[in-house]
Amino acid sequence: MKKAKPHNARIDVIETLSLTELMVFCDANADWVVTLVDHGVVTPITRTDAEWEFTPAHIARARKAARLMRDLGLNVAGVALVLDLIEERDALTRKLALMDV
Amino acid sequence: MTDTAHYEALGVPQDASADDIKRAYRKMARKYHPDVNPSPEADTKFKAAAAAYDILGDPEKRAAYDRYGAAWDQDRPDPGQDTRWQGGYAFDERDINPEMFRDFFAQRYGAGGMRQDQHVRFEITLEDAIAGARHTLTLQLPQIDAAGRMTLMTRNVDLQVPKGILPGQQLRLQGLAKDGGDLFVEIAIKPHPVYRIVGRDLYVNLPVAPWEAALGGKVKMPTPGGAVDLTIPADAKHGQKLRLRGRGLPGAQQGDLYAELHIVNPPKLSGKARDLYQQLAREQRFNPRAKLGV
Repeated sequence: MKKAKPHNARIDVIETLSLTELMVFCDANADWVVTLVDHGVVTPITRTDAEWEFTPAHIARARKAARLMRDLGLNVAGVALVLDLIEERDALTRKLALMDV
Repeated sequence: MTDTAHYEALGVPQDASADDIKRAYRKMARKYHPDVNPSPEADTKFKAAAAAYDILGDPEKRAAYDRYGAAWDQDRPDPGQDTRWQGGYAFDERDINPEMFRDFFAQRYGAGGMRQDQHVRFEITLEDAIAGARHTLTLQLPQIDAAGRMTLMTRNVDLQVPKGILPGQQLRLQGLAKDGGDLFVEIAIKPHPVYRIVGRDLYVNLPVAPWEAALGGKVKMPTPGGAVDLTIPADAKHGQKLRLRGRGLPGAQQGDLYAELHIVNPPKLSGKARDLYQQLAREQRFNPRAKLGV
């Protein structure tokens, strides 16, 4: 058990999470993560020992997917489409903002 | 006394059916979910709708709310009352706990008694991401007081943002959540007026005058470390990208800075410039519309 330190806690930057760590991180089960991978919502990098690892961009996407599924009642296919469209929209919004100058 | 704030938050009348309430909540959620709609007003509206649906979406809670108003969940001699309300709406991001995810934890840790991690999102500037920064994070932690009521306790946490952090990256502060769980901070970077971030690279739209693009030469361009001279090749094209190696976000693989050339005409031509353009128009044989077949 880790000790609680009131103020100056240790800060780690999360570089990658394993499948199990991502499950805990998203409060989800393995089947859910596998379905996200099947739909291409997140893509793990596979090390030589065949253990999945998820990079920060994919960790953030998995959590976003969990939030959207919970709050909007979406299924995985729906959330995959929504995340792609949001990314596209954000890229276009950024481009537009720069052109307006 | 009746309280209708939750009905107003969802925009439904007090006699709305359960289906109408669900529909209204889903519509609000699609429109104002903070992952879909980045505006701060959307965040407020979504939180109000979610808090309303948490109560109105549950027949028992709704009945209690209709009867007692905002104080519906106060202690009352009422056995079987659900005291499990999360109270997590004070966070940027609520704990994730849909029923579908429950069984996993019930298996792993047994019901109750598990350490709870907390997740928050924190926005920093691009300058902070490049140089690193120190911030104070103000958290509101739900606490159960002696009378068994939910109260919010404010707590300040020192957050050292490391240099070269990328948007979407997570920082783990060990043991800082409730019951010794970890606090996870998802870093977001505010949109910058000059640079846009793609991976570790930065992009800047660099306006150039038509003659600067045609003749090439040195122009001033901004970089996060201050203005530098950029050499533009002659016959440069609109949209052409020029790379400044290693001027992007710092890290083990240092990012690059790209200047995307945008040819811009002066807002108003002087008489002399007009003469020069006219001379160019007479002497140049260039059809920019050749590809359109005209």
